[in-house]
Amino acid sequence: MENEHSEKHHAVGYGTYVLIWLVLVGLTVTTVSISGINLGNIALAVALLIAAMKSAFVINIFMHIKFEDKIFKVFIAVALMTLLSVFVLTAFDVFFR
Amino acid sequence: MSETITHNQMEHIHTEHVHRDDFGAKIGMWLFLFTELLLFGGLFLLYMAYRLQYSHEFHIGARELNIGIGTFNTIILLTSSMTMALSIAAMQRSRKGLSLFLLASTIALAFGFLVNKFFEWSAKFGHGLYPGSETLLGKPRGEYLFYGMYYAMTGLHAIHVIIGMIILTFMFVFIVRNSITSTNYIKLENSGLYWHLVDLIWIFLFPLFYLMR
Repeated sequence: MENEHSEKHHAVGYGTYVLIWLVLVGLTVTTVSISGINLGNIALAVALLIAAMKSAFVINIFMHIKFEDKIFKVFIAVALMTLLSVFVLTAFDVFFR
Repeated sequence: MSETITHNQMEHIHTEHVHRDDFGAKIGMWLFLFTELLLFGGLFLLYMAYRLQYSHEFHIGARELNIGIGTFNTIILLTSSMTMALSIAAMQRSRKGLSLFLLASTIALAFGFLVNKFFEWSAKFGHGLYPGSETLLGKPRGEYLFYGMYYAMTGLHAIHVIIGMIILTFMFVFIVRNSITSTNYIKLENSGLYWHLVDLIWIFLFPLFYLMR
């Protein structure tokens, strides 16, 4: 069991982390550049989409979730879905008040 | 008698090995991270509600923020996340010196982030923009709320950066004292998870406060 775990960890090399860092910096530069263009109403959606993409890279690679047991993925999915539903419900409440 | 002792000692060594539950430790860490998610989630929720109500004022307020410093700090935190992940990778490969160097780099980058934040906030304070200031109280309610959210959220985040630095300093000492080794590095991994969470929160704070033009 322990060997299996450490073998999984070894799958992520130094290069992968550096590559993911480059992608993250690239996405940061993208989101800053895009914010200079007047996109009107979709500007926030685009900014949040890029932030979500960056988060997915950090959670999956830096935080190893891609290589962890399924239970971690289920936990995170439930937590994020709960948070999302609270946000959607509150947004509706504020909108139609 | 001596046989019994040997047996007990063996059992002690045996139980010590069995009692190390890295999987459980990691689950526990994630459960803690979920409570952090709720803490910041509540603030993000409030931010959303106010932004929906005071959309125009929020945009005016955001214009005062320095995008250059914000972007620079984002890249600093992303880099520190990378050095953190690399430090764990080095430890897994038994490269103690490299792991220590990368961990020290992470702490140094965290300090750099706080130095930038200090200058950023000092400039704001210099312009009379701080919670409860006369300049801010004279502004429309929406702008006042924008700055309230800005100081509360980036302030709470900065406290997390400071706590992260303290935790990582402890990990540095643990590695030096061989309490963290290439076969037992769960403490370093869990501290890394905390550090990445600090980075994740900033990934959302940055566009929501700095990139509204």
